[in-house]
Amino acid sequence: MPKIALVGMGYTGFTRSSEHLSFREMVYQAAVKAYNDAGGIDPRRDVDAFISCQEDFWEGVSISDEFAPDQLGGVLKPVYTVTGDGLHCVANAYMMIRSGVADIVVVESHGKPSEIISMSDIVWFSTDPIYVRPLKLPNPHALQALEARVYMRSRGLRREDLGLYVIQSLGNALLSDRAPYAAKLDLDGYLEAEYVVDPLTAYDIARYSDAAIVAVVASEEIARKLTDQPVWIDGVGWATEISTISMRSMEEDVATKLAARMAYDQANVKDPRREFDFAEVDERYSYKAIQAIEALGLARIDTVASDLRDGSFSRSGSLPVNPSGGALGEGVPLEAHGLARLLSAYEQLRGRAGRAQLSDAEKAVVHGWRGLGTSSSIVLVLSR
Amino acid sequence: MGVSIRGGTPLRDEEFRAVIKEIDSPRARYSMAAGIAYSRFLEGLKRGEILGTYCPSCRLVHIPPKIYCPYCFKHLTRWVRASDEGRVVTAVVSYLSATLETLEKPEIIGIIRLDVPGHRFSSYRFPGILHRICGASEDDVKTQRIFDARVKARWLPEDKRTGSINDIECFEVIWG
Repeated sequence: MPKIALVGMGYTGFTRSSEHLSFREMVYQAAVKAYNDAGGIDPRRDVDAFISCQEDFWEGVSISDEFAPDQLGGVLKPVYTVTGDGLHCVANAYMMIRSGVADIVVVESHGKPSEIISMSDIVWFSTDPIYVRPLKLPNPHALQALEARVYMRSRGLRREDLGLYVIQSLGNALLSDRAPYAAKLDLDGYLEAEYVVDPLTAYDIARYSDAAIVAVVASEEIARKLTDQPVWIDGVGWATEISTISMRSMEEDVATKLAARMAYDQANVKDPRREFDFAEVDERYSYKAIQAIEALGLARIDTVASDLRDGSFSRSGSLPVNPSGGALGEGVPLEAHGLARLLSAYEQLRGRAGRAQLSDAEKAVVHGWRGLGTSSSIVLVLSR
Repeated sequence: MGVSIRGGTPLRDEEFRAVIKEIDSPRARYSMAAGIAYSRFLEGLKRGEILGTYCPSCRLVHIPPKIYCPYCFKHLTRWVRASDEGRVVTAVVSYLSATLETLEKPEIIGIIRLDVPGHRFSSYRFPGILHRICGASEDDVKTQRIFDARVKARWLPEDKRTGSINDIECFEVIWG
């Protein structure tokens, strides 16, 4: 079966605010860079379809789909919007190419959380309107803290372990050009932080940033013409748990586990711990990253805590996780966060990760999640 | 074959109201950056100018302006000033509000094809602006007399302008 590849990526932002640019202009700048990276393609001539991943309440515009084409060069061409993380768009591009309806598909996602004044209201608005929203919890992060508590107890993880993960990730982010929250933190500093919702402190919860990311996905035939460094998408999988938060599995991230199984089956991954050179995972919460590492099969339930303490997931460990930092250092540009993980993996696999470059980067797993209160997870397997 | 529903007892209004519901409304507040192109456009309105960007590839003038041409995907850097006059392309009268209340005064809404000195456009792609139309009657619209009528922007007094599309009160018909 012919393969499918990432042939170009571009981004703008990863800043705390972006008052000088409209979301259109941010996406346009990211698109120009992505098309240039993809061998200088012209979207008007060369691209078959465009997909945008966005969500109306983040945009502040209903039916925001209509605002997707212009800045991508997609006017009067097949365009649609997926209400999901940017990686869901990549999965859709993958399906369009695999099914033969397109040879080159452009994927876009962006987030300008700095423009959302009533952020916690919007976040809370995503909970069930009948039996959760009227509870008006003082802090929505409580929903994840509840899960963190169960997960930590079941895996023998202590606060110091979350601290270890946070220190490692913020330190990795110091090697990145797009991490406004990168920091050199020590354990004492971590432990001194006040709780937001016990057991999570401000260090355990990723902040927001503004960014736009564009990716070009192509069939094998086209990819080989456009670049001598295609990054192959060997598998994609996704899954969502029951919507009733109080009835979900909290010990285990089942949705990620199932998404990984789907992607691994396609990519013929048998032993994820040995086969991958690194992983890019969603770390909107410190504990959530550890939970994802386990659900992706990169650590065993009974040894995930000791693997973390041994430094297995550090840059010099057996399986580096977020080697150039993740959400904690970069901030979360809403639905574009999954594409931020993809971008980091893409740069590593092409040997263009700069100071964050790993010596051995041939195969990677990329994981995405839709954030607070959600269970939608997505997994990609990439190789060079 | 259609499905027919017979019998049963219809709910009375008060019974319908007695059903348990949660009533909530989104608290959604945003502060949206106008960006490079719209900022310059809005600054222009404050001075009583309508500005657009010119695409040398397709020769279209974009109003409101963009820093790229959506049709050609070319970077646009040439700014042009449009006239505040143009012609009515289409117009309608609104009698009811969106919530179906009768409007005290029916409002005429239209699309105006703006003149840009030194530029010519095709009849289907041109700098068009959506706005209120004044100085016309319902009858002018109903009889379609308003189509192709010349209009000119009626600006707010300079000290009242804020850099908003509402710095133009409406486009007023100049009956020839």
